[in-house]
Amino acid sequence: MADFLMPRLGADMTEATLVAWKIQPGDLVFRGMVVAEVDTAKGIIDVECFQPGKVLELVAHEGELVPVGAVLARIEGAEALPVEGSRPRAEESGLVSEQVSKAEKPGVALEAVPDFNAAATASLPKRRLITPRARHLAEQAGIDWAKLPGAGPDGAISAADVERAIQNRSLDAESGSGNSSVQPQRSPGSRMREAIAAAMEQANREIPHYYLRAVVDMTAASAWLRQENEARPVTQRLLPVTVSLKAMGLALREVPELNGFWKEGRFEPGNGVHIGFAISMRGGGLVTPAIRDVDRLSLDQLMVRLTELIPRARTGRLKSSELKNGTCTLTSLGDLGVAAVWGVIYPPQVALMGTGQIAVRPWVVNEQVLPRPLMEVTLAGDHRASDGLIGARFLKVVDELLQTPQALRTNE
Amino acid sequence: MVKHTRTEIRAAIGAAISSIAPEADWERLDEQVDFRRRLEIDSFDFLRILVALNQQLGVEFPEADYGRLVTLAGLVAYIEAAEQ
Repeated sequence: MADFLMPRLGADMTEATLVAWKIQPGDLVFRGMVVAEVDTAKGIIDVECFQPGKVLELVAHEGELVPVGAVLARIEGAEALPVEGSRPRAEESGLVSEQVSKAEKPGVALEAVPDFNAAATASLPKRRLITPRARHLAEQAGIDWAKLPGAGPDGAISAADVERAIQNRSLDAESGSGNSSVQPQRSPGSRMREAIAAAMEQANREIPHYYLRAVVDMTAASAWLRQENEARPVTQRLLPVTVSLKAMGLALREVPELNGFWKEGRFEPGNGVHIGFAISMRGGGLVTPAIRDVDRLSLDQLMVRLTELIPRARTGRLKSSELKNGTCTLTSLGDLGVAAVWGVIYPPQVALMGTGQIAVRPWVVNEQVLPRPLMEVTLAGDHRASDGLIGARFLKVVDELLQTPQALRTNE
Repeated sequence: MVKHTRTEIRAAIGAAISSIAPEADWERLDEQVDFRRRLEIDSFDFLRILVALNQQLGVEFPEADYGRLVTLAGLVAYIEAAEQ
């Protein structure tokens, strides 16, 4: 038997409200199964289980505020999961180093989510949180609880809130005054803004960035893509960003100094190449869900991943396993005509690659000025973890790979 | 190939754009303007719009023709021509 603990979903989290259980005592759970929803200041997160087992007891109740590391449930057949090592298969959620607060007692490890990405859920129309008892009370009293202010974290509505509303209603009715019980809520957009602000503030405070820029001749890559897409129906076309992603993934494998994390004063290499892909939200904000093992995916596989991931990131709800720590980030900002992007590294990562628009510009080839499709590739590097030479080596490899696009195609 | 009326084509385009940019008032958009830039539709979402139109109307959009598909007027004209 093992305890299933409240995970730490970000360095500044000390507690979270258990919003809903997705399991009942007696249920069998498997690795990667969403077992609960918890709500932090940064949004609702689907918490996934890491170990198979049978649910014995739900210790925490829905609506309860639970400290990090406290027992949520007891699960039979689950052994404590080591924090490092024994990584699950890529498709299932892997382990991140920012794990459950190293519990002294055996615990079922839960997925941990970096701060910044936890805000993904904050972009969605916010579901109001309410405890079952509060809901029952509100329904009995005929109160529209969705409009009530909640005193719990993130506006969670407790029975006390409902009782207060009932009291206010009778007071209002007595005094004849209007509805005074509704207070303005912070919008989901502003919650995401705050999370981004916190991560970027930390990045600029702690990371001594250096920046490099390379201009890559995209003649070969563009021609190859054009030829490739000519033969494909619109439903199977490849976007140029898949080529950038793959080149970046392979280059990170070759220059591993840029793939990983800066932790406790030293560089910790990433376990695999998992690229956080910056996805902007309509109406502001961005998320960087990681695409796992980019270096081992074919362009078609990458396209499938993006096709599935981007709409969900923008409109749907990301799962905690998708919000895992990427080992490096790609921001692709060329669509609106940006030539180059000077990015801010997402801590604790140590590098970020940016790509601008592929634009036809004059370029000297064999002492002749020719019109060529060019793309500016930039690198922001953490100078604590690497030096400019490493960054230069990385950009050189990216450039070389983009000159032989047919070699990028497969999952080798 | 099934021939659609201009109204049906415009409705299909509108639905595809709205599914990606729900806040956009595409009916009041300048017919001649590049709607990708106006509505901040990136290359991924542009492809999704074409896929949606392909699936709904059965029209194929070769990549070489993308340049003609970036305004509402151009897109309508292209689909009408393809259905002839």
